[in-house]
Amino acid sequence: MLELISRLGQRGLDGAQSIGSSGLFLLRVLARRPDLPRLWPAIRAQLYFIGVLSCLIIVVSGLFIGMVVGLQGYNTLEKFGAGSQLGQLLALSIARELGPVISALLFAGRAGSALTAEIGLMKATEQLASMDMMGIDPLGRIIYPRFLAGLIALPVLSLIFTVVAIYGGYFIGVQWLGVDSGSFWSNMQAAVNFRLDVASGIIKSVVFAFVAIWIAMFQGFTCIPTAQGISQATTRTVVYSSLAVLGFDFLLTAMMIGGW
Amino acid sequence: MNKQRYVDISVGLFMLLGLLALLVMVMKVSGMADLISIKGYQVSADFTDIGGLKVRAPVTVAGVKIGEVTRIELQPGALNAKVTMKLRNDKRIPYEDSSARILTEGLLGSNYISIVPGFEDEESKDHPYLRSGDVIAKTQEAIILENLIGQLLFNIKK
Repeated sequence: MLELISRLGQRGLDGAQSIGSSGLFLLRVLARRPDLPRLWPAIRAQLYFIGVLSCLIIVVSGLFIGMVVGLQGYNTLEKFGAGSQLGQLLALSIARELGPVISALLFAGRAGSALTAEIGLMKATEQLASMDMMGIDPLGRIIYPRFLAGLIALPVLSLIFTVVAIYGGYFIGVQWLGVDSGSFWSNMQAAVNFRLDVASGIIKSVVFAFVAIWIAMFQGFTCIPTAQGISQATTRTVVYSSLAVLGFDFLLTAMMIGGW
Repeated sequence: MNKQRYVDISVGLFMLLGLLALLVMVMKVSGMADLISIKGYQVSADFTDIGGLKVRAPVTVAGVKIGEVTRIELQPGALNAKVTMKLRNDKRIPYEDSSARILTEGLLGSNYISIVPGFEDEESKDHPYLRSGDVIAKTQEAIILENLIGQLLFNIKK
């Protein structure tokens, strides 16, 4: 019995310790003078890997999610004779919620896991240790550019997702189901407020980018340097960042609806 | 070298695509409504009851939007609501006899203000149109469905 309780306590301490060490890790990564001109080639390469190569999955899933929301929304709205409000429903639900959240989940699955595996393998093959020995700070050279690239890439991806999804819904609603194009756009423009809806979506995606890339970097940097350790770290990255994104989404939405 | 150039160009295109998406969100989706604030003048009107009127509700003349509500506050003395609205400069409304009403879009829609313009009076040449700081004297409060039903029931019981 005591054994069980002590094991529970051990778990709790381990959890608290890993949260604290991830905070310290973040502090050590961010508390540096950004030397952007020298880091730019590395950031650019990471932007290509994290951002450009994620475009396809973002565009395709945005298109389909927009089309599905358009179809479902139209069928429900039409029961109340409010099919012309489709534009409003589409723009608000996608710009506020679906755009930032789904692109963050896709980002965690596609880019976050890959970054964890990459850094984990660097650690397993002792590349990070040898950099340290040569007097090169791996946090500045490896982690920092990836961090910045992720912070830039996810908001851009989420904007692309939102626009593609809205046009997907437009395609379904206007071209296929016959909602009037003028009322589709004018209802949308009357309902969408730039500061409250579009900007809050962008703020959300910046926060999600920060959280997702932080978890990916920390899991990669602290993984057990074996094949099994890397695979566990990669799984943890996807699970933890998905949960964190959904949790932060609720918090941010509650804050935004409550007026900060 | 060639590969590097391809990476550069695609990253540049990616960032451009992001900017383009932001532009679409600003122009097409949110309609630029509050980024470029409309040039206009403020007028106010006192209502005994504003119902569900909210800030940013449209102000219309003959059903056409010409401005929006910017502030709603309770007057301390008279305990009525002072509604301040911003109207577009290029739409001039006669000062004399203009009245403001709070209406509802459809049965369940949101409230908006409708201004019924008065006549352009020959005698009021020095103040022909509404201008900044004016108070619209004639107002009609919001029609609240519950009050109407209440009155109806009261009358039926009598």
